[in-house]
Amino acid sequence: MTGSGQLSAVSGQQEMLTPQLQPALIRKLTALADDEIILAHRDGEWTGHAPILEEDIALANIAQDELGHAGLYLELRRELDGSDPDRLAFFRDADEFTNVRLAELPKGDWAFTMLRQYLFDAYEALWLDAARASTYAPLAEVAAKALREEKFHLQHTSLWVERLALGTDESHRRTQNALNELWPRTAQLFQPVQDEEKLVEAGILPDLTGVRARWEALVVPHLTGKCGLTLPDVPADAVGGRDTHTEHLAPLLAEMQSVARAVPNAEVW
Amino acid sequence: MTAIHVTPEQVWTALSAVPDPEIPVVSITDMGMVRDVTVDGGRVTVTFTPTFSGCPALHVIRESIGEAVRALGLEDVEVRSTLTPPWTTDWIKEDARERLRQYGIAPPAPADESPLITLDPEPTRCPRCGSLNVRMTASFGPTLCKRLYVCESCREPFEGFKSV
Repeated sequence: MTGSGQLSAVSGQQEMLTPQLQPALIRKLTALADDEIILAHRDGEWTGHAPILEEDIALANIAQDELGHAGLYLELRRELDGSDPDRLAFFRDADEFTNVRLAELPKGDWAFTMLRQYLFDAYEALWLDAARASTYAPLAEVAAKALREEKFHLQHTSLWVERLALGTDESHRRTQNALNELWPRTAQLFQPVQDEEKLVEAGILPDLTGVRARWEALVVPHLTGKCGLTLPDVPADAVGGRDTHTEHLAPLLAEMQSVARAVPNAEVW
Repeated sequence: MTAIHVTPEQVWTALSAVPDPEIPVVSITDMGMVRDVTVDGGRVTVTFTPTFSGCPALHVIRESIGEAVRALGLEDVEVRSTLTPPWTTDWIKEDARERLRQYGIAPPAPADESPLITLDPEPTRCPRCGSLNVRMTASFGPTLCKRLYVCESCREPFEGFKSV
């Protein structure tokens, strides 16, 4: 583990990530973590309120995995800039978070939650699959690790989307309403952060255009074919950057961060 | 102070007595979590890999590793974690799988590495009667690593280990 050959290899890997590229990678890692943190909180809001006990447990498991993934990304950031993951999660204000707006929307009904999770899980699985080829070894390792867990989320949520879309008229209507609201927001998942294209050129990050093509090839036939849903029209202005948020993020953070801010010097066990 | 000398084999033996906190009939070495043990004079470095990244037992495992090695009389102990290669259920030892089955948990099937998107989970056998005629009742269980099933043959519910 500590041979000089290993050190040379590590040094070689680090050289792909030049000081000029680090700020963009820090931005990207933070954005990836923020998506997981905010979505995990929305999922956690179902604890004690899911339609059946098994789903209460399932969604809590998924939220726990999401927090695990956020921890992996923020550890990568810590290695670059020395920041504290807990500080980032519990003490940034809403205007500092860089999650997609899809994640911060209220949890809605079960169809909304399951469809949102499915759309996000498919994106995450495909992004992680592509990121396994990163030239930045620590990121490639995280991607390989997280991908193994992501497949369970996608299996679970895709079955729920099928159940709801193909169930009763009521569940179909709710799923279609959820798709009408969520589909225009998915484009933001594939918007690069500032200077991300330089990281793509260096082979550190996958090209989001390619990820989007695979994502559409997966979810569109599933939603419109197997599930019998209709994709809504997407307004031209439906994207926007990760630095703008809906009115829902600030109250979410107020609740999520309330204990940490009330006792800012609390120690982990 | 005289430096206490231990061999890597002694450290591995000590670690094989550290149980998985959530499944006490198997150890962390049974689960393939311990990846490397290095002894350099009086210093021991243990490298382990997490099973699931959100597993709340990771802190306990790290501390248990440190305690087990210090119990050999050593004070200079470093516990490192690594993600490479990512942990797979294929590393669970054969005798540990049998202990899982006797404990009532269906051991994991071989991990599927090929297609990314598979909607069909791996086949699972009832740990009590051995039937494959089982029904998954929940794709997530009380811990991140398990799913819930009912055997249609003997009518018993059981937990099954996910394959990763």
